[in-house]
Amino acid sequence: MSKINFLKPDKSNLNTFLYLGAFLFFFSVLDVSLNSFFSLNITSFLPNFISFLLPIILGFIGLYFIRIELSGIKQLDLLNKNINTNNFNAILSLLIIFIIIKSTPPILSWFYIDASFAGDSKDVCTGSGACWTYIKVWMRRFMYGMYPNAEQWRINLSFISLALLGSVGYFATDRFKKYLTLYYVVIYPFIAFLFIFFFISGGPVFLDFSYGIIAAILSIIIGFFIPNKFKFYYFLIVPLALYILLKYFIFYEELIELGKLEGLNWVETGAWGGLSLTFIISFFCLIFCFPIGMAFALGRRSNFPLIRYISVGFIEFWRGVPLITVLFMSAVMFPMFLPEDFFIDKLVRAIIAISLFEAAYVAEVIRGGLQALPRGQYEAAKSLGMGYWKMHIFVILPQALKLVIPGIANTFLALVKDTPLIFVVGLLEIVGMLNLAKTNPEWLGFAMEGYVFAAIIFWIICYAMSKYSYNLEQKYKTDR
Amino acid sequence: MNFKLKDIVPQLVTVLAVVLIFGFFTYNAQVNMENRGIDFGYGFLSQESSFDVQFSLIEYDGSHSYFRAYLVGLLNTILVSVIGIILATILGVIVGIARLSPNYLINQFAAFYVEFFRNIPLLLQIFFWYFAALRALPLPQDAEPMFGISYLTIKGLFVPAFIWQNFNIFFYSVTAAIIAIIVIRTHAKKVQETQGKQIPVLLISIGLILILPLLSFLIGGVRLSFEVPVLKQLATTSFIYEGGVSLPPELIALTLSLSLYTATFIAECVRAGIQGVGKGQKEAAASIGLTPNQVLKLVVMPQALRIIIPPTTNQYLNLTKNSSLAAAIAYPDLVLVFAGTALMQTGKAIEIVSITMFTYLSLSVSISLLMNWYNRKIAITEK
Repeated sequence: MSKINFLKPDKSNLNTFLYLGAFLFFFSVLDVSLNSFFSLNITSFLPNFISFLLPIILGFIGLYFIRIELSGIKQLDLLNKNINTNNFNAILSLLIIFIIIKSTPPILSWFYIDASFAGDSKDVCTGSGACWTYIKVWMRRFMYGMYPNAEQWRINLSFISLALLGSVGYFATDRFKKYLTLYYVVIYPFIAFLFIFFFISGGPVFLDFSYGIIAAILSIIIGFFIPNKFKFYYFLIVPLALYILLKYFIFYEELIELGKLEGLNWVETGAWGGLSLTFIISFFCLIFCFPIGMAFALGRRSNFPLIRYISVGFIEFWRGVPLITVLFMSAVMFPMFLPEDFFIDKLVRAIIAISLFEAAYVAEVIRGGLQALPRGQYEAAKSLGMGYWKMHIFVILPQALKLVIPGIANTFLALVKDTPLIFVVGLLEIVGMLNLAKTNPEWLGFAMEGYVFAAIIFWIICYAMSKYSYNLEQKYKTDR
Repeated sequence: MNFKLKDIVPQLVTVLAVVLIFGFFTYNAQVNMENRGIDFGYGFLSQESSFDVQFSLIEYDGSHSYFRAYLVGLLNTILVSVIGIILATILGVIVGIARLSPNYLINQFAAFYVEFFRNIPLLLQIFFWYFAALRALPLPQDAEPMFGISYLTIKGLFVPAFIWQNFNIFFYSVTAAIIAIIVIRTHAKKVQETQGKQIPVLLISIGLILILPLLSFLIGGVRLSFEVPVLKQLATTSFIYEGGVSLPPELIALTLSLSLYTATFIAECVRAGIQGVGKGQKEAAASIGLTPNQVLKLVVMPQALRIIIPPTTNQYLNLTKNSSLAAAIAYPDLVLVFAGTALMQTGKAIEIVSITMFTYLSLSVSISLLMNWYNRKIAITEK
């Protein structure tokens, strides 16, 4: 009886088991560490097979000995509770510890110890580690694509100014807080567009307008003074009709020249690339897909059957096909659908395709939020005499959007992760640039470094975004 | 009158806009095709394709039709999706359960896995496996055999092929075993619901699925032999394995990255599902005297599955759609074979892209119809 008691660790002979178990456990860890860091096998006198399994066996016995319930020692109880609840868990914990110890030296040596950083040619990369020189040499290409070196300050300047303009929300005082939505939804995208168009793209600037555009803008301004009753139909019909009528029927494509500026050197979109292109595409698709998605989410919940069917059809169509075929469509099929002399830049086509695609996903996410709102909210808004638009803008959407922050963030994350697919239309963002660089005859054989580099960048971007969305979710969480 | 007008006008305007846009596109397409001398039609599907495909499940070469090429691509897509779905489900369920483990190391490891693979674009992962990781494998002549019969080389994985005799008898026996298991399960459920008795379904099922096929070997005359791949020299430095089944590296890279990526999402679904079952449910089940296994089987799992299955089906759908990224590493799937090579040769952009999209669309719609049906079936019927 006492013999069985001896093998069953309990509180009565706590110290014996504690020291024995801890010794065995640390011995097993020591064995693996020595083996992995100094390639020293202290159990080499044993047969191969036993020497290989010894750490696991010793560690397992050690963990078994120190598994003493309610030992009264705080740290030990914590350890047992966390990694050593039963035999199965003990083995899994041991395996994970050993895997971590075993994999540290090779990863560390590849990443840093044996890696080469200096120099600017392939000759310095003789070690067994990574060749970060390759990344260093190709850095500009990975960041800016084929954008001319001398002009890259334009991209930097645009991004820095846009980042500064984007952070306005943090510094806005309470007085300006109410204008922030307007700023972010209308003004900021417009400024961003101007920056991209005039700074990153460049080229001479013609301030040319057709009569159609001027008439349409004037009619929109006039529209604000029209009685509310007709406003909706006025905005729906008049500006567009005026524009088409003037542009295509009366003054056919006649332009008023207001001036001409030389502008910066023109850089065609085919030369854009690298990480900056990833940002540009993500940014624009993000701006476009949100309102489109919102419109179709509202359309899908509309009371008008025709609008509902069209929305359902749109959403289900885009959700049913892979993005790569959508991009194929924008590359080979879409030009067929346009008038012959009408040319749309391939970057714009790609942005349109990705926006429509992601808009369908955004629509479904927003619909989820709209459905989750209790009916009482709609009824209360209606009983206050609000119309459809007023009800949605002031009551429904603010609450629904708050509910779907995680879903929207996930969709945007998917969007950022989908940008490499634009290789289909011949644009090369960072992953595309990597594939180009690795086929360069002077730099063959460094595919691994390139992909690891890109993976780290994407990981940081996506992880930061998901953490930010989590914070946002916590911030706007209101008890209902 | 006014009320009706308010209802009709927006609808009419929307429909008009849609019709106008479509009409505009169709008109332009007609004009463009006329100008370029292309005629619209699906007749090309029966023409000779005259291109070869690297990897195909059905017999195919250049003398077959474009329709056959389409089938080759579709089957390759389905193959990669099915393997990916199976692997992703196994891995996802394990990781999802591991994330809920009380063991700190295990759940941190699982969390690390999920956060790591989820935040890297799938295309990048595919490129990494294909261009970086699998390129580090040995050449065919230097490869060490795995388990003595398979070879993992830079040119792909070579495994033995099964050679069956009287395969149909074996097939019937397996089918019979599956039908018997279904019957027994239904019966067991009925017995449990009416009399409260438990029948060891799992043991009986395992027994059936082992014994019936075994019987077919013993008395049915089924024979199984293996064809082991053998190294063959093509030129002085070029070797290849002959015989057996060869899985191209594209397929390996694609299934590996698809399943590693999708498993992270499935793991999150599984975790959410198990966490979604209220603690009170488990306590109530334990308090009426169910054993932990019974609690899991009869109370937790049915409720957790209700939460897990819809988003998981969505992930299956995503995996199927993501398999189209195969085109990036030249795995001959539907997009590469049909929307790539066939389109280049025929120039029938509208027809081919529309067929490709329609194929994916019908795949998705059928899966989501299935999912809706299942959802309705398992939904809680409130009284």
